[in-house]
Amino acid sequence: MPGRAEGGASRIRSRVMHFGPHLLLAALEGLVTSAVLALTALGLSLVFGVMRIVNVAHGEFFMLGAVLAWAVSTAISGHPAVGFVAALVIAPSLVGLVAFLAEWLVLRRLNYNPESTIVATIGMLYIIQQLALTFYGPEARPVEPPFSYRILLPWFGYSGYKLSVVAASAILLVITWLVLTRTKIGLIMRATQYDRETAQAFGIPVERVYAGVFAIGAMLAAIAAVLIVPISQAHYLMGQDPLLLSFIVVIIGGLGSLRGTVVAAVLIGLSDGIISMFFSPTLAKIIATLVVAMVLVFRPQGLFGTAPR
Amino acid sequence: MRDASPAKTYALHIGVIVLLFALNFVLPDYHQGLFARIMALAVFAMGYNLLFGYVGLLSLGHAMFFSAGLYGAGLTVYHLGWGVPEAFLAGVACGALLALVIGLLALRTSGVAFMIVTMMFAQVFYLMILYFAGWTGGDQGLVIQQASRVIAIGGVSLDLTNPTVRYMGALALFSVVLLTTLALVRSRFGRVLVAIRENEERTKMLGYDTVANKLIAVVASGVICAASGAAYALLFGYVGSNFASIQYSILPLLWVLLGGAATTLGPFIGTLFMYYVTDITSGFTSAYLLIVGVALILLVLFAPKGIMGSIRERWLGWLP
Repeated sequence: MPGRAEGGASRIRSRVMHFGPHLLLAALEGLVTSAVLALTALGLSLVFGVMRIVNVAHGEFFMLGAVLAWAVSTAISGHPAVGFVAALVIAPSLVGLVAFLAEWLVLRRLNYNPESTIVATIGMLYIIQQLALTFYGPEARPVEPPFSYRILLPWFGYSGYKLSVVAASAILLVITWLVLTRTKIGLIMRATQYDRETAQAFGIPVERVYAGVFAIGAMLAAIAAVLIVPISQAHYLMGQDPLLLSFIVVIIGGLGSLRGTVVAAVLIGLSDGIISMFFSPTLAKIIATLVVAMVLVFRPQGLFGTAPR
Repeated sequence: MRDASPAKTYALHIGVIVLLFALNFVLPDYHQGLFARIMALAVFAMGYNLLFGYVGLLSLGHAMFFSAGLYGAGLTVYHLGWGVPEAFLAGVACGALLALVIGLLALRTSGVAFMIVTMMFAQVFYLMILYFAGWTGGDQGLVIQQASRVIAIGGVSLDLTNPTVRYMGALALFSVVLLTTLALVRSRFGRVLVAIRENEERTKMLGYDTVANKLIAVVASGVICAASGAAYALLFGYVGSNFASIQYSILPLLWVLLGGAATTLGPFIGTLFMYYVTDITSGFTSAYLLIVGVALILLVLFAPKGIMGSIRERWLGWLP
């Protein structure tokens, strides 16, 4: 942080001079966090909204996506973009398959009882984490970004890849929104979310919808992880933070509100980026978590959600 | 819960305590130490069970009550040089105060929001331990020296680093909490808690102040968990931030579900079972978490009521 080491008047002046660009940099970093967070949280929100279960293993699907992205991109030689695109297709598909099997073998048999599914997903968390540790190892490993173009701003250069992550995330969010509101699949999902039994009575295969939603939720987390892994490395414990942040986003945004989820993700990501640029990251997290907890206490339906039915 | 057999019920619980007392003289050194740890942590599970099993409030933040006791006792010994009994009380007082504040805030929510709010408050607590690393030792933690873990009563001095004294200390706390929870859940108050779990609206309609009852339950649960934490710090001489992490909020949930929610002996059985599964499997493979995960899923699929819950359902209907 320039300005910290200098003293007296020059320090004040340099802070003033640097404040604008600094804020811009912090905002950009926060926007990248927001983009990834929005996708991850959307996955959690879908599962939470449609199936009414809390998926504690959601962060592990995120981690699995990142680890598989590393595996795929190192297995494929040639230009990094080829490996990256392959990872972007293969890793989420595999994660979706794992989630589908988990839903089919475990959650369905529990009849989606909220408490039992929490314990079962905690079990999945342990299993996935341990398998990643055994087969992938405790190291953090990077994935090469598909391109290394830097955008030159007047004050600093900024990674073009990071901005493309924001764009990719925005496109995916729009696609999800279109699917949910404009297609028959979306209609079926919303019907199941609104009233499971009536939906079943109208011939909607509720079990298949649930399996699909669980897989799609995990795939969204995996896509987010593949996008972020060229920026932050793949590690077997990387699922913890996204899990907590996604919970926060889903709650703040309001259950089942796509718009709320996106707005909350931007809010949380930006404030995290900006606060941790100017204060200690730990203090930033303490303040952010406390504020969010208070929002929850005094406005439990979230900022954008409607009161629970 | 049947009034028909209070004698049988108390005999069973006292029998368990006597058995644990006798085990001290039979168990090999390693298992004696393990049992002391299990009993101290079973108190944590019992505190959790009071809220989760009987009131039906699923908290994901109980690590903060445990570590309030842990740090309340550990830091007063480490920095202020307090004696063991005062430090223990300080830990319990910290837990009570924290539980009161958290209860007042978190009980405004219910269901999933309650889980998330408690988890977030616990996360704040955890981050504060890291932030004030100058006093708390951060993630390195602090080791409490043997010299400050001696209780002097009259002419006798009890050294908590001695395995037998440590075992008896853990057993004493365990027994007090076990019998207290037993009396509590059999009391009028305990029945109101169960009524709240089964149907809060109806309980309210019958004229009970459900919010006040829930608040008392949160504080009681916090006090028991803090007592466990304080005892843990004093008996094992270490405080560290990992005891405040989310993992330690999930563990009591696992122990309780494993042993059987809303049973008095379930938390202990669950803790015992989990510790020994971990202990035995870690001998075969380094990937013991995998086995723990598989065990959890199998349990929730095939024995969802937990060990004591299933026993109560099949054979012993009178089990409390």
